[in-house]
Amino acid sequence: MTGPSDSPVRLHVVTGKGGTGKTTIAAAMALALAARGQRVLLAEVEGRQGLAQVLDVAPLGTEERTLVTDPSGGEVVGLSVDAKTALLEYLQKFYKLGRAGSILEKVGAVDFATTIAPGVRDVLLIGRVYEAVGRVTKGARKRPVFDSVVLDAPPTGRIGRFLNVNSEVSDVAKVGPVRNQADSITRLLQSPATAVHLVTLLEEMPVQETLDAIDELGTLSLRVGSVIANGVRQPLLADEDAAAVADQDPRVHESLEAALTAVGIKTGPALVAGLLQEGVDHVERARLQAEQHAILQALDIPVHALPHLSDGVESGELGLLADVLAEQEGL
Amino acid sequence: MATPQTPVLDLDTILGDRERRIVVCCGSGGVGKTTTAAALAVRAAEQGRRVVVLTIDPARRLAQSLGLEELDNTPRPVTGLDTSAGGSLDAMMLDMKRTFDEVVEAHATPDKAAQILANPFYIAVSSSFAGTQEYMAMEKLGQLRGLMADGSRDWDLIIVDTPPSRSALDFLDAPKRLGSFLDGRFIRLLTAPAKVGGRASLKVFSAGVSLAGGVMTKLLGGDFLRDVQTFVAAMDTMFGGFRQRADQTYALLSRPETAFVVVAAPERDAMREAGFFIERLASDRMPLAGVLVNRVHIAGAKQMGAGRAEDAAAQLEEMGGHDLAAALLRVHAEVAETAARHRGVITRFRTSHPGVPLGTVPAHAVDIHDLAGLREIGEALTGR
Repeated sequence: MTGPSDSPVRLHVVTGKGGTGKTTIAAAMALALAARGQRVLLAEVEGRQGLAQVLDVAPLGTEERTLVTDPSGGEVVGLSVDAKTALLEYLQKFYKLGRAGSILEKVGAVDFATTIAPGVRDVLLIGRVYEAVGRVTKGARKRPVFDSVVLDAPPTGRIGRFLNVNSEVSDVAKVGPVRNQADSITRLLQSPATAVHLVTLLEEMPVQETLDAIDELGTLSLRVGSVIANGVRQPLLADEDAAAVADQDPRVHESLEAALTAVGIKTGPALVAGLLQEGVDHVERARLQAEQHAILQALDIPVHALPHLSDGVESGELGLLADVLAEQEGL
Repeated sequence: MATPQTPVLDLDTILGDRERRIVVCCGSGGVGKTTTAAALAVRAAEQGRRVVVLTIDPARRLAQSLGLEELDNTPRPVTGLDTSAGGSLDAMMLDMKRTFDEVVEAHATPDKAAQILANPFYIAVSSSFAGTQEYMAMEKLGQLRGLMADGSRDWDLIIVDTPPSRSALDFLDAPKRLGSFLDGRFIRLLTAPAKVGGRASLKVFSAGVSLAGGVMTKLLGGDFLRDVQTFVAAMDTMFGGFRQRADQTYALLSRPETAFVVVAAPERDAMREAGFFIERLASDRMPLAGVLVNRVHIAGAKQMGAGRAEDAAAQLEEMGGHDLAAALLRVHAEVAETAARHRGVITRFRTSHPGVPLGTVPAHAVDIHDLAGLREIGEALTGR
């Protein structure tokens, strides 16, 4: 266990191929940090309400709201970042626009900025997260409002473009506050205070996509904090048994029949064949899983393995993932 | 498993129906849309259809299994298929920026096209505007359908994959979003205030626009608005064409010659997304073929429940000397539990979406590497 300030990382960006469980992992990571007594902001930027579903709480809004409090004093605050709200907040904060904001909205300037002007949307979304990372308490002894921020980011296919706000904006905004904002965001993202975590399954396609993402993030000078292998299944067969099952050794058939008879199960050819086929599939999957795990371990990046949850991700099991993550180094 | 209320998705009938010209595979990210599109294309081609499949950002291995090495917007023949039924297959990957450039080149004079292609705002929009990929997928689909209709290619079926969007619905919204971009009052007002019809509101808008323009200039720098203005001025004559094409493609999708296959995985989130998509297709009156649930685990030894297997394994472990059999029973308990969970998810979906044809594809232990793998998936997903 490490205390709130032991790790330099303040912003955890969680991404992964669709279907690998990145939203679940982001939620579990926030819970793990809160269990250390941290005040954590957990944010999503795509309006999917995935975090609310995983945590089984009411939909997140554009206002920060406490979702979970931990006996340690830690808490998880939730936020669904919305580009339009972020823009209006931003204009209000820096330009004291007041009612002018609604005029901008009326003539379509807000829509234009948040949906059409390329890159501006992403700057607004990350800008809101950036603001939360840097926010400090009022009063004489200033300290960060949030010990850490966990971002449920877009999937790996779009993560490079999403985080590369600087170059996206530079084509369009060459000077001015949006450009300056993009520059400050890039400084934070490239600093040791930010870590990108890549969630994957131990299957070929997601692992390949993870490797591609690592390359891409590297060229953008972004630091990969860890690769999180999700849904890892425990091999149930001992190595020598696995080989015998995979080779369809007739002795496996015999000993299975004998064992079933010994516990009073009536064996038929269909039952025995079914069990053997499941065994062959299991061995094959375990082999592929080990192969993919080895590929990841050859990288110079910490790899964390999270167990497969047989019941899917209901809240009770989310706590289990958080416990496993809490024991990992580098979080 | 099927009851009269939940018909089975019969993809072979759909692929075999010569009146069907377009099959769209859609669904949330990571459910196997692209693989499904490729497998359906192989299946249809081997059954005698002359198919072109449009994939979007396929995984490298999958692209290789179709013989695609590069993203170059060109349909290329896939070799190694069984063409004895008279079918054929061309495959291509969407190049979003290239497609946009082609549209510009087709609609503007060479001078004007060159001017647009070099505009910084155009470059940014065509390579990163949220929604460009969706719109360009639609544009490409419209183009392919056009080539089929005028006889310049002898395809009779287009199978299309959809972009990995934030939401599965972005694909359908692309034309509307493009429309709102082109018709955007803000863009219009910024560039040609004189065109706005004079009413009492004019003054308010002008004030608003100059304020908005001022804020934009302040925020983004003066070059930004200048780039936008040049861009809009250059594109002005093409706007109508763009809009019309987007509307045409949208209309194409609602014709009975199109079939939407919603792809899902047997997990809560993916099934919920599939539900949203079905509702959206219904409200837009788009022809839904059905839902295809990928990667469904099915127990090999259906006769035995998970609980019974666990008990037997525990008993054997206590007895000793039966480690292998006990382990196999533990494997079965795991498989049976997953299979039961998948069945539950699918049953709940059927209950809340009665009458929606549904098909399932068993989980494969390995990824697809070649045509044979795609063929096998094709057989599984058509229930053969």
